[in-house]
Amino acid sequence: MSATTAAVLELLLLVAALAVSTPLLGRYLAHVYTSPRHLKVERAAYRIMRVDPDADQHWRSYAMSVLGFSMVGLLIVYAVARLQLHLPQSLGFAGFGPAGAWNTAVSFVSNTNWQWYSGEAAAGYLLQATGLTVQNFVSAAVGMAVAAALARGLARSRNGGRLGNFWTDLVRGTVRVLLPIAFVTALVFVAGGMIENWNAFHTVTTLGGGHQTITGGPVASQESIKLLGTNGGGFYNANSAHPFENPNAFINLVQVYLILLVPFAMAWAFGLIVKDKRQGGAIVATMAVLATAAVSFMTWAEMSGAGTATRLAGAAMEGKETRFGEAASAMFGSATTLTSTGAVNSMHESFTAPGGGIAMFNMMLGEVAPGGVGSGLYGMLMLAIVTVFLCGLMVGRTPEYLGKKIGQHEIVLVALYILTTPTLVLLGAAVAVTASSGLAGLSVGGPHGLSEALYAVTSAANNNGSAFAGITSGTTFWNTLLGLLMLLGRFLPIVFVLALAGRFATARHQPAGAGTLPTHRPLFVALLTGVALVVVGLTYVPALALGPIAESLS
Amino acid sequence: MKDIYALYRHSLAGLRVMIGAILLLGVAYPLLVTGISQVSMPWHANGSLITSTGAHTTSSSHAVGSQLLGQVDDNPKLFFNRPSAAGDGYDPTSSYGSNLGPNDPRLVKAIKAVQRTIAAREGVPVSAIPADAVTSSGSGLDPAISPAYADLQVARVAKTNGLSEATVRRLVAQNTHGRALGVLGAAYVNVLTLNIAVEHAAD
Repeated sequence: MSATTAAVLELLLLVAALAVSTPLLGRYLAHVYTSPRHLKVERAAYRIMRVDPDADQHWRSYAMSVLGFSMVGLLIVYAVARLQLHLPQSLGFAGFGPAGAWNTAVSFVSNTNWQWYSGEAAAGYLLQATGLTVQNFVSAAVGMAVAAALARGLARSRNGGRLGNFWTDLVRGTVRVLLPIAFVTALVFVAGGMIENWNAFHTVTTLGGGHQTITGGPVASQESIKLLGTNGGGFYNANSAHPFENPNAFINLVQVYLILLVPFAMAWAFGLIVKDKRQGGAIVATMAVLATAAVSFMTWAEMSGAGTATRLAGAAMEGKETRFGEAASAMFGSATTLTSTGAVNSMHESFTAPGGGIAMFNMMLGEVAPGGVGSGLYGMLMLAIVTVFLCGLMVGRTPEYLGKKIGQHEIVLVALYILTTPTLVLLGAAVAVTASSGLAGLSVGGPHGLSEALYAVTSAANNNGSAFAGITSGTTFWNTLLGLLMLLGRFLPIVFVLALAGRFATARHQPAGAGTLPTHRPLFVALLTGVALVVVGLTYVPALALGPIAESLS
Repeated sequence: MKDIYALYRHSLAGLRVMIGAILLLGVAYPLLVTGISQVSMPWHANGSLITSTGAHTTSSSHAVGSQLLGQVDDNPKLFFNRPSAAGDGYDPTSSYGSNLGPNDPRLVKAIKAVQRTIAAREGVPVSAIPADAVTSSGSGLDPAISPAYADLQVARVAKTNGLSEATVRRLVAQNTHGRALGVLGAAYVNVLTLNIAVEHAAD
């Protein structure tokens, strides 16, 4: 079988698996985020933690809970990273410096999982499990909670801006959704060859008589939630390229599937929560169109192998694992940048110039196809509102989405949301390439060096976490800058989304009229796809032209 | 002021929930997964270690390496791995790729050097050398080479070990893994298990 046929069949297998799971998990998610009933164990936990699970929170209160919870998480990861040498299971690794600990704490709390450090040389098991694995779960659950709150806001009518209860959303998302799936897949991963132990690193005498260190760690238990929660932080430096983190091509496909599983299902759940399944279907379809195009284009780029070094070698295998080959590497590379994951099974910096450019483009889309767990859905809904607004302008009517008028207040909030990330990316890139301490981190000059910097700030502000990893980012300058971008890129948009959700929940539900743009038809899918592409195009084309496009053409 | 007080109150609730999360997700969950894995799949969970006869083991003192990790090999009697950017080569304490770009002159130079070495070693023209042989993997720990690169090394390995090419080819076939489920990823040859088989056959 030719490599191309195999690549197409692998993609079809992935699509089929997602087509089966999206409606099933979607229905379950809709139930989780709307059911008034608590499980017995949840009720007990709420009592012990002294939170009221039935308080219907105003959007401000909801946002305060998100921020307060995340701030506590940030402080705890910061403290564990700083103090790890004095804690058990540190493997003797020193505590992180202030800038490094700040970067890592923000990184994992904001669902970014950018890593300036090398896991096997810096992070002990206690930090990995109680700091990082925990944030892998809860930062994902926070994103899902915010998306659910927005969906409920759209579904409600005239209720004074109340969105539901954050603590309930957080606990249910974790206990009813993420934990059971992560638990089962962790065991599947071990069966496939992934390690799960707390062994000290030990040395073996190799076949050739040399020595090799065999690393250990509770890898599988972190790995499953790393992908399921679109987190992406590797247990080891090489992330999912490392054989202990991704032992074979079957596990690799499971990883890609896990990355996409919840984001697509959240969009389906959205349709059910707003009581119009077709609306969720339209969002899922738009995500699928963009994702399929990105995967196909990147696969083509990697299989055709442009670049002087690539041509000389004969194929784009630099930075890729033999067991995956070009196609399965490109599929993973696309899935990880189309969502807020950022795990890598191959080194994006060594991708062909168009392949690396698509990775950047995927992130610049705002990670909406299908995007991070939760964040992908609310990002796509912001674009949907822009779409109805533009169409409303064209026909001269007040636009509405799902029966909610899009007035001045609403569109201002949406505009703030849409503008936040590009502002952070472009300002961040400008600062990075004008400061000498920014330039000092780049491994190379010219268009590829600019791509390295642009990729880093894009990845941070969009909470992705992947890198053109030749960059040396473990410096005070880069750790501080990227930490700021990650923090603002995560929590500013969340506040705008919740404020908007609050307005929707306050507004009256209007019946659709003759002038209402139907938002469930193929026409709307096409318009929304177009708007997503135009927004990213207008914002980023100049920057892309100087980086990956210049390199492709040179 | 009111907002700051509210944030403080929500943070206290957040702290209580976070403590619960750490106990459940940071302690109970990984320990449970470890426990089940260690009891039911100890070989996998401890790194797929193998002995010099290729037998499975969980003891590092009996192992020559992990079936999943490539290792430095510079023995002309055995099959060679891909170049590696992990530390001084195949160092699991510093896993990584070269992260050199597709047009990087340093990468061009490195590829040319490896091509010359392989062409001389195997007595083949540069054009016959497959891409994986001259490029380093993403992890720097790639346990595998392509069937094409294995094929290229058969003549040398057969000659240096006094084995027939047919025998070596059979060993290569036995250590070749097709695409998973017939379509996933790419076919590969596990170098460590292959080299163990070669040493065994040459004895």
